[in-house]
Amino acid sequence: MKDLRAIAVFVVLVGLIPFFTNSGVTLNFVMTALYACLLSQAWNVLGGFGGQFSFGHALFFGTGAYAQAIAQMQWGVNPWLALPLAMAFSAAVGGFVGAASFRYGLKGSYFALVTLACAEVFRIVAVTVPFTGAGVGLMLPLQESAANMQFGSRAGFVWLMLGLVTLALLVTSWLKHSRFGAYLQAVRDNEDAARAVGVNPLRVKLAATVISAALMGAGGAFYVQVFQYIDPGIAFGAHTSVEALVGAIVGGLGTLWGPVLGAICLHILADLTRNLFGALPGINMVIYGCVLIFIVMLLPRGIAGLGRYNPLRRKAAAATTTGEPRA
Amino acid sequence: MLDFDILFPSVLNGITTGAVYALIALGLTLIYGVLHIINFAHGAALMVALYGVFFLKEKLGIDPYWALPIMVPAMFVLGYALQRGVINRASHGKDENILLVTLGISIVLENLALILFQSDTRTIETAYTLNTVAIGPAMIALPKLVAFGGALVVSALLLLIVQKTDLGRAIRAVSKEKQGARLMGIDVDHVYAMCYGLGLACLGAAACFLLPAYYVNPQVGSGFVLVAFTIVVLGGMGSFSGALLGGLLIGVVESVGGLLLGESLGQIGIFVIFIAVLLLRPQGMFGARA
Repeated sequence: MKDLRAIAVFVVLVGLIPFFTNSGVTLNFVMTALYACLLSQAWNVLGGFGGQFSFGHALFFGTGAYAQAIAQMQWGVNPWLALPLAMAFSAAVGGFVGAASFRYGLKGSYFALVTLACAEVFRIVAVTVPFTGAGVGLMLPLQESAANMQFGSRAGFVWLMLGLVTLALLVTSWLKHSRFGAYLQAVRDNEDAARAVGVNPLRVKLAATVISAALMGAGGAFYVQVFQYIDPGIAFGAHTSVEALVGAIVGGLGTLWGPVLGAICLHILADLTRNLFGALPGINMVIYGCVLIFIVMLLPRGIAGLGRYNPLRRKAAAATTTGEPRA
Repeated sequence: MLDFDILFPSVLNGITTGAVYALIALGLTLIYGVLHIINFAHGAALMVALYGVFFLKEKLGIDPYWALPIMVPAMFVLGYALQRGVINRASHGKDENILLVTLGISIVLENLALILFQSDTRTIETAYTLNTVAIGPAMIALPKLVAFGGALVVSALLLLIVQKTDLGRAIRAVSKEKQGARLMGIDVDHVYAMCYGLGLACLGAAACFLLPAYYVNPQVGSGFVLVAFTIVVLGGMGSFSGALLGGLLIGVVESVGGLLLGESLGQIGIFVIFIAVLLLRPQGMFGARA
């Protein structure tokens, strides 16, 4: 209940922003920050609650993006109908990759490698086959109207994105409080123990992958609607995977507000560096990489973990972890 | 059917490329076998080494093969420092942390290179770049032949270090039983760092052999990294002979796949092998069953 109230407050506060400002810069900032929140929250479902670290979430992002573009351009589907379709496509890809990996018991770094390789396979396929526009990419025709999900002002996109982020937050809060979420966290913490008490780890992890992939696919579909363009590098390149993962880890894995916090902090940081250094290519990613290393080194529980900072407990935790063998 | 005169050069070409792949994979498998971590920064480190060789040639006029005694120790030091200064410190004894930190290092290195050197693809010119040697019906570029020989020599040296020296004994002890090794007075952190250093030193050698017939740009490592992972997984995590054979095999698959399916689709063969091996036989050809 407390979480639902907090989500409601968040939605109202962010939803009101377009009423107070017409500035394209501000609205654009809010929109892209929300977009980063969605990607991180999507990664958090599988990585944070499920403990399965994917290094190739761009796989689901790109699938959603291409599904959204192709459904409109080649099948003539309305974008509002294409969005759930795109999510379904991503979920299906997630289901396939998840089933293949978890069925054979892949975990840890192996799972990270498989997702990375799958994203790369999809990228090569997207460069080669004609219906994705090959290396040139797909350009969505400009038809500005709300019915076409192409809003005249940024405000429309802010509300649309807010809706998607709310969906992600509701899913996460459900994971925190539901029986399924408890299963998922049990599998993350100790798979054997979870199996021993009757949880089916395969089914639970698979469901988490599907949910995570669907949310990521929504992010891809949104990208296409805003920028009206997609190519294999944007869709399946490492950049999106990294953005999603770093935001979630910086904010705090397996928490409701951590990924939102992390994504917004990173977004502000990236914006600041853009102002300081100009549009130097790659500078954002250097910052992301450094932040990732420092967070893992200094704040393993992320920014959200700061609130629960307790020196005594931290020392006790450190003592138990150093006692354990690494392997 | 394909003519022998076409297939044979393609296979030979694949074997010479595969030898360099094997060298890269050897470093990866050494790091995995001892530290039990997957070094996501491997491709980025190779990129750094390639830039090192490139600038030694361009700025100081040092031939890539003479750069070997510079690049190998330099990469070793870089590896030792990275493991002791960053990776070990950030790991907190958790595998996931190491995974994320090595990913972070690779992101930082690749994008620093992008900022410093732009995304231009660079090559070097040497007197022997275009020389070829005839083997039966095939013409093989001389640098590729040298790379093949060099990769075999370096692999043999590495094997010698691991099998015959005190350091090698310590490495094998740590990889088998970390706690026990520590109790016997082995400095585990030092051995870890030595391993990481040796792994990156392999990349230094690989870069010297690669560059005369190859190119460098900030993204060059990512192309190799999945290939190297494929080889390590195929050969069995931590297995030296597996990495060598796997490297040659993947080189041939890539070369013949490119011949049959065209350049860009030919690469897919590697990923398909990778995913299939991970799913069906994660212990690889030579790895012990987990």
